[in-house]
Amino acid sequence: MMNLSCREASRLISQRMERRLSIRERIALRLHMGICDACTRFSLQAEFLRRALKAYAGTDEP
Amino acid sequence: MPAPASPLSPLEFEQHRPYLLRFALLQLRDRSAADDAVQETFLAAIQGADRFGGQSAVRTWLIGILKHKIIDQMRKAAREPRVEPGGDETRTDDLEAFFAEDGHFLEPPGEWDSPEKSLEERRFFEALERCLEGLPKNTARAFMMREVMGLETEEICKELGISTSNCWVLLYRARMALRACLERNWFLTGAAAG
Repeated sequence: MMNLSCREASRLISQRMERRLSIRERIALRLHMGICDACTRFSLQAEFLRRALKAYAGTDEP
Repeated sequence: MPAPASPLSPLEFEQHRPYLLRFALLQLRDRSAADDAVQETFLAAIQGADRFGGQSAVRTWLIGILKHKIIDQMRKAAREPRVEPGGDETRTDDLEAFFAEDGHFLEPPGEWDSPEKSLEERRFFEALERCLEGLPKNTARAFMMREVMGLETEEICKELGISTSNCWVLLYRARMALRACLERNWFLTGAAAG
């Protein structure tokens, strides 16, 4: 569990936007993202998508 | 001199119809259901026009009404037995294509240059719309319900009649496919540089 692949990490990154990860999952993910630019970018891009969809629907007005 | 059309005239609403229709289609994937949702939105808007206080843009207000009408249509569809053509989107075979045997990304996500600036460009939202339209039906619906309607996973599962973990598969696919689509069609083209 501790050595996540990008396949596993990207899934957790997505699920993290839906539910609380367990402590083990959080540690494993943080370890992986610490050495993986690809997954770090995926996480940033997934968060950006959330903002983009809100902007698309015009629901991001202050 | 003729008075300018009030901002809440049916004529003004019509200008928003194409956008509202595209928005509804992304979630309903059925033309007649989407038409119904938009039509009901206009009716409600005309009836409630005096309650529109002008605190937000007209489009935002209309979208707010439309979201409720879309949910109504989804509930109506859920009550009717339907044969859904197309593949089972809870299978994960297509997601394997993103990764090598050892679990690394085959095409690692690249660096996006100032993505927030793109949110000021209409052409970005056109590209986003096209990418959303390319998603499989239930994947798009789940993603829109989560990210636009703000529904919790539990509500989405219930509407789509699938388990929580299957719901997460749909959302994961949406994110993987959308970011790849936007990278290809927006961030890596000259377009993003504007």
